[in-house]
Amino acid sequence: MQEVSLTRENTFPNLPPRTSKDLITKHMNNIIIKDLSLAYGDKQVLKGINQEIEEKKITAIIGPSGCGKSTLLRCINRMNELIPDVKISGQIIFDKMDIYDSNTDVTEVRRKIGMVFQRPNPFPKTIYDNVAYGLRINGLKDKTKISELVERSLEDCGLLKEVEDRLHTSAMQLSGGQQQRLCIARALAIEPKVILMDEPCSALDPASTFKIEELMVKLKERYTVIIVTHNMQQAARVSDTTGFLYLGKLIEYGNTKKLFTKPKEKLTEDYISGNFG
Amino acid sequence: MRKIFKTGTPYVWLTGGTLTISLLMIIGLIILIMVKGLGMFWPHKLVQYTLQDGAIVLGEFSKKEPIPHQKDSYRTKLKVGNRDVYGIDFRWIDNAGIVSQEYPKTALTIERREWGNMYGFLKGMRQDNGIKPMELAEIEPLLSESQILYKRIRHIEKREIGKINHKMEKYRLELKRLMMQQPSANTEKKITSIKVKMDELEKSYSKKVDMLTSLYTVAKEKEVVISLVDGSEKILPVFQIIRIYNPNEMGIYEKSCFYVMKFWKFVSEEPREANTEGGIFPAIFGTVMMVLIMSIAVVPLGVITAIYLREYTRDNIIARLVRISVNNLAGVPSIVFGVFGLGFFIYFVGGGIDKIFYQDALPTSTFGTGGILWASLTLALLTVPVVVVATEEGISSVPTSLKEASCALGATKFETLWRVILPQATPGILTGMILAMARAAGEVAPLMITGVVKLAPSLPLDGYFPFIHLERKFMHLGFHIYDVGFQSPNIEAALPMVYTTTLVLLLTVLVLNLAAIIVRNKLRKRYAISSL
Repeated sequence: MQEVSLTRENTFPNLPPRTSKDLITKHMNNIIIKDLSLAYGDKQVLKGINQEIEEKKITAIIGPSGCGKSTLLRCINRMNELIPDVKISGQIIFDKMDIYDSNTDVTEVRRKIGMVFQRPNPFPKTIYDNVAYGLRINGLKDKTKISELVERSLEDCGLLKEVEDRLHTSAMQLSGGQQQRLCIARALAIEPKVILMDEPCSALDPASTFKIEELMVKLKERYTVIIVTHNMQQAARVSDTTGFLYLGKLIEYGNTKKLFTKPKEKLTEDYISGNFG
Repeated sequence: MRKIFKTGTPYVWLTGGTLTISLLMIIGLIILIMVKGLGMFWPHKLVQYTLQDGAIVLGEFSKKEPIPHQKDSYRTKLKVGNRDVYGIDFRWIDNAGIVSQEYPKTALTIERREWGNMYGFLKGMRQDNGIKPMELAEIEPLLSESQILYKRIRHIEKREIGKINHKMEKYRLELKRLMMQQPSANTEKKITSIKVKMDELEKSYSKKVDMLTSLYTVAKEKEVVISLVDGSEKILPVFQIIRIYNPNEMGIYEKSCFYVMKFWKFVSEEPREANTEGGIFPAIFGTVMMVLIMSIAVVPLGVITAIYLREYTRDNIIARLVRISVNNLAGVPSIVFGVFGLGFFIYFVGGGIDKIFYQDALPTSTFGTGGILWASLTLALLTVPVVVVATEEGISSVPTSLKEASCALGATKFETLWRVILPQATPGILTGMILAMARAAGEVAPLMITGVVKLAPSLPLDGYFPFIHLERKFMHLGFHIYDVGFQSPNIEAALPMVYTTTLVLLLTVLVLNLAAIIVRNKLRKRYAISSL
C-alpha cells in the first residue's frame, strides 16, 4: 500500500503556507476505515467498522459507555498497540498509506495524526518545553524555528496571551482548561493532518468546555477533527458528521443534523432521546 | 473486656509501644556509641593515688566498679600508660587500698609516636654533663622544630623515595621485557641505557638514604628527662613526642579547643601503632571512594535491568522468574558475594587482565589480587537488587497518560523512555542508590577477601599517573572497627577508638545519604505532578 517513501526528514513541517487555499489543495485525503475489528484478548470490542471520515470536517463519535468509541479513535493512530494482548484486523487508509501495513512507520502515523486525551496530560516540564517536545523529538534543532512554531501553536489555541509572561514556568501550574488547550497546542505544533480528541472536555468546567469547542470549530479550517464524546449536545453543537457506535458496531453514520433530527435506526433514536445509555 | 478491645485502644497502645521500643533501641545505640566514642578526645585529669603499700600511681581515671562477690567494695581501673616501662596500660586498684588521692598540678600527659601515652613530670633537658632544668613552655619550640623534622623525613620517605621506587619499577619491568626479546644490537643498546639510568637512580636513592640517616641522628640529639611517679627517670627524645600537655591545669575553654583539634587530627591523619593511635583518614577515604565507585557501577546496571523488566518484556513466567531471582539475590549472605568476587573478578577477570596487559610484572599480580575496583564491583553485585526494585517502582509510578502523550507525538519507545519516563523515575532511582550506598558502606565480610587491608601503604588516589589506582588495596571504616577492636595488640587502650570509628562510619554513611537525598528532593520538586 505504501506509495510514498515516508521518512521523518522529508515530511518534517517547514513553516507551511498559512492561506487556506494552499491547504485545501494539499490535503485531499479522507480517512477510510475498512472492516476494522479489534479484540482485547477474548473480548471483541470492535466488530467490522466501515467508515469514511471526511477531511477538514468535525466528525463526532457518540455512543454509550463501553461501546468502543475510544478504542475506535485510538485505532486511527495505532495507540492501541501500547496495550498488550490486542488483536486488530482490517485496514485504515490515510494519506495514500495503510496505517496497519507492516512497512508503515508507526511514529510517522502518529506524527500525522495527533491526539488529545480525556484528561489533560501535560509533561511535567515548562509550558514552552511541552509544546517544543514534539518538534525536538522529530529532529528540529533550529532554536528560532522552534520558538516560532511554539508561539504559533499557542496562539492558535488562544493560549499565548494567557501564558506569554510565564512560558518557562511549569505547565503544572495552569488550570485544567488551560492544560487541555496546551495539550492541543502540543499536538498542533508538529502540524498533523488529523486531530483525534478523546472526550477532551469530560474533565473540564463549562467555561473551559466552551473555549475548547470554539477552538475545535476554528481548527476545522486546517485539520480533520475526530471527536469522541458522551455529550450529545456537544456532538450536535460542533460536529458536521456523527457516527453512533453501539456494542462495537457502527449503527448509523451521517450528517449530524439529520442524525439528530431524523435518525434512520431505532437504536439511534432511542439513544439520542435518552431511552438508554 | 470485649468492650475495651472494641474501642481499639489496646491496638493503639500495642502499635505505639512497639514503635517506642524500636525508637528507644535505635536512640540507645546511638547514645551508647556517642558516649563511649566522643570521650576519647577529652583531656582527662591525671589522678595520683598513694596506696597502702607505699606505692604511688599516676594515671587517667578510667572506671570504677564493684568487686564481684564482695560487699561494698570497689575497685578502680586506672590508665597508667608508660607501656614501655610497666608493660601494660591499665591497672586495677582496690579502693580499700587507697590511702590518699590528689591531682598534681605539674603532671603531664605526653603523647608519643610509639608506646602510647606517658604520664609523668618534666624534669629537664639532658645535656652532656647532666640535666638542665626547664619549664613546660620551653619545650614548645622544640616540639614544633621536631614536627618540621618529622614532616621532612616523611616527605623523603614517602614522596622522594617513593618516586625513585616508582621509576625503578618501571625500568625494571622494561628491562625484563627487553631481556625476553630476541637479543639484537638495538635491544642491547636499550638495555645498557636503562642500566645506566638505573644506576643513576640507585645513586640518588643511596643519597636519600644517607640524608635520612643524618636526619634521624639530628632527631635523636635532643632529649628530655621525664621523672615517673615511682621515682624512676626516663629519657625521651623530643622527636618521639607528638604533644605534651598538662590536663590538671587546663580550663574548660582550653579543653574544648584541645578536643576540637584532636577530633580534626583523628579524621585527617594516618593511623599509628597498628591502628590503635593516630587518625583514620585513609579508612574514611577508602570507604567513600569505594562507595562512589560502587554507585557508578551499580546504577547503570540496575537501571538498565529494571527498564528491560518493566518496559521491554511482556509479563510472562520468565520475566517473573527473573524478578523473583533478582529480589532473592538481596537475601544471599554477603560473604557468598565475596567468594564470588574473589573467584570471578579477582582470579578470572583480574588474572586475565594481568596476563594481557601486565605480563611484564608477573608473577606479581596487578589486578589479579584484591583491590578497590574488585571490592566495589562485588558490592555493586550485592546491591543491584535494591536498585532494580526501586527503579522498577519508580518507572511504574510514571502515569500511563504521559507515556501515551509522548507516543502520540510520534516519539519512539526509546525516546519516550529517555525523555519522559527516566526523568520522572529519577527520584525512584536515587532512592535505590541511597539504599545501595547505605548497605555497601556498612558491609565488611565480602571486602575482607576482595581487597581491604589493615594498613594500606598508599591511597587509591595520588599524584602518579594515572592518578586513580583502582588495583590498589584500601582501608575501610567497617574493617577498621573489626581490626582495632578484635585484632589489635592492645585492645583495652584501643576500645574508645572502636566507638569513635563507629561514630565516624555512621557519620560518613549519613553524609553520603544526605547528599543523595538532597539531590532527590530537588528532582522530585522539579518533576512533581500536581493533581487536577
